[in-house]
Amino acid sequence: MHAQLNAVVDAFPYLLFGAVNTALIVLAAMGIGLVIGVVVAIGLVYGPGWLKLLLSAYLWFFRGVPILALLFLFYFGLFSYLNIQINALAAVALVLGCTTGAYQANIFRGAIMSLPRGQFRAASALGMSDVAAIRSIILPQALRISIPAWSNEYSIILKDSALAFVIGAPEIMARAQFVASRTYQHLPLYLAAGLLYFLLTWAGISALRKLEHKVRIPGYSGEEQT
Amino acid sequence: MNSSEIPVLQADKVSKSFSGQRILNGVSVGLKRGEIKVLIGPSGGGKSTLLQCINCLVLPDEGSISLAGVEVDLHNKKSLYQLRQQVGMIFQDFNLFDHLNALDNITIALRKVKKISRTAAEKRARLELEQVGLGDKTDLYPAQLSGGQKQRVAIARALAMDPQVLLLDEPTSALDPELIGEVIAVIRNLAGKGMTMLMATHQISLISTLADEILFMEAGVIVERGAPSLLLVPGCGSKSAGFCDRLSELADGECKC
Repeated sequence: MHAQLNAVVDAFPYLLFGAVNTALIVLAAMGIGLVIGVVVAIGLVYGPGWLKLLLSAYLWFFRGVPILALLFLFYFGLFSYLNIQINALAAVALVLGCTTGAYQANIFRGAIMSLPRGQFRAASALGMSDVAAIRSIILPQALRISIPAWSNEYSIILKDSALAFVIGAPEIMARAQFVASRTYQHLPLYLAAGLLYFLLTWAGISALRKLEHKVRIPGYSGEEQT
Repeated sequence: MNSSEIPVLQADKVSKSFSGQRILNGVSVGLKRGEIKVLIGPSGGGKSTLLQCINCLVLPDEGSISLAGVEVDLHNKKSLYQLRQQVGMIFQDFNLFDHLNALDNITIALRKVKKISRTAAEKRARLELEQVGLGDKTDLYPAQLSGGQKQRVAIARALAMDPQVLLLDEPTSALDPELIGEVIAVIRNLAGKGMTMLMATHQISLISTLADEILFMEAGVIVERGAPSLLLVPGCGSKSAGFCDRLSELADGECKC
């Protein structure tokens, strides 16, 4: 028991640094996904037919291919083929960002479509351009509605980030595996890794819950149902 | 032609089809400054589509829209944005922006469209809200307002843009009977101030007392037009009189003034 505890204590700073890398991957991926998701959702709802077709193809590709396959395809395949020098952390953030971008696009698309159509019409009737109406009227509401689904996406991407260890990114899982294979203390180290994932999940979801409460629309959204 | 004779707004031979079905068939309406015209007729007759074609929320397939004698380029988005700034629109279901309080529902277009500073926009918005009797509701969100209050905010929002014409698409139809009165009072007040209006409504009191001209629409065509004093004479046999009689019967006579 003592040896097991020692193994975790000794490895903890090393694992913690892995947790920082995991957090960076997830933050970057969610950020990339947010930008892609918003743009793609707007294109899917308001764009011309040819654009919708193109964006649907993007959605189908990233939702239809496993993340592990995408990591190999991009990191060992595409980036090598195009001779792009990119470190493993950035590659994982990019692939996860493009993947979550596809899922987030559908979250935002659903949120936009759930808004009463009349609001866009009312904004237009006041002389707002389409861009101004989307930016000032549609997105502020759609993004608020999306927060619960977005926090789900955060926890999914956080856990998917563990796949990064197969391409050698120094995140929690890779570091736990590295130490465990040397000390043979598999149980305590993977428990510690699990705990770090759990803490990151808890911190992120709690923060998003607070955000959801902070930006709730009085009398309309974000209130607890009794 | 004298400038006062030029209609503020003129829709000429406007036609519109949806999925191959003709909704509007060559409809023409002109509004001179201060004039109030009321669209009546059975549901599905094209009243809402006509109003939406006039401020180009729906683009007409054929015909033209002119503002103060100048034809609007229907294929130029900037022209459409400018037209809509001049032609306010009130919807049946209010269409307030749910994430903004009453004050910001009004300031948003002033700031984003007219590029007015936040302070000046808020000052104007407070003034407009006071005009419609909601000076104490500035901080409330749409979900915290009654239907009548929402519609009054919507009217204040449109008026803050200083429109030359106000289009009203059944402004009282989604309201409970006890809330209709407060919206009618605001519309009467606007009429008293000389606001040019084209209104689709089933409110007998508005039709008979405010309209300079009644336009009876059926199957996408204006089939009858004239002053209420001519069309609403009991027993005159006009479609308008028959329609209003049926509305009165439905309302059990309570709205008839």
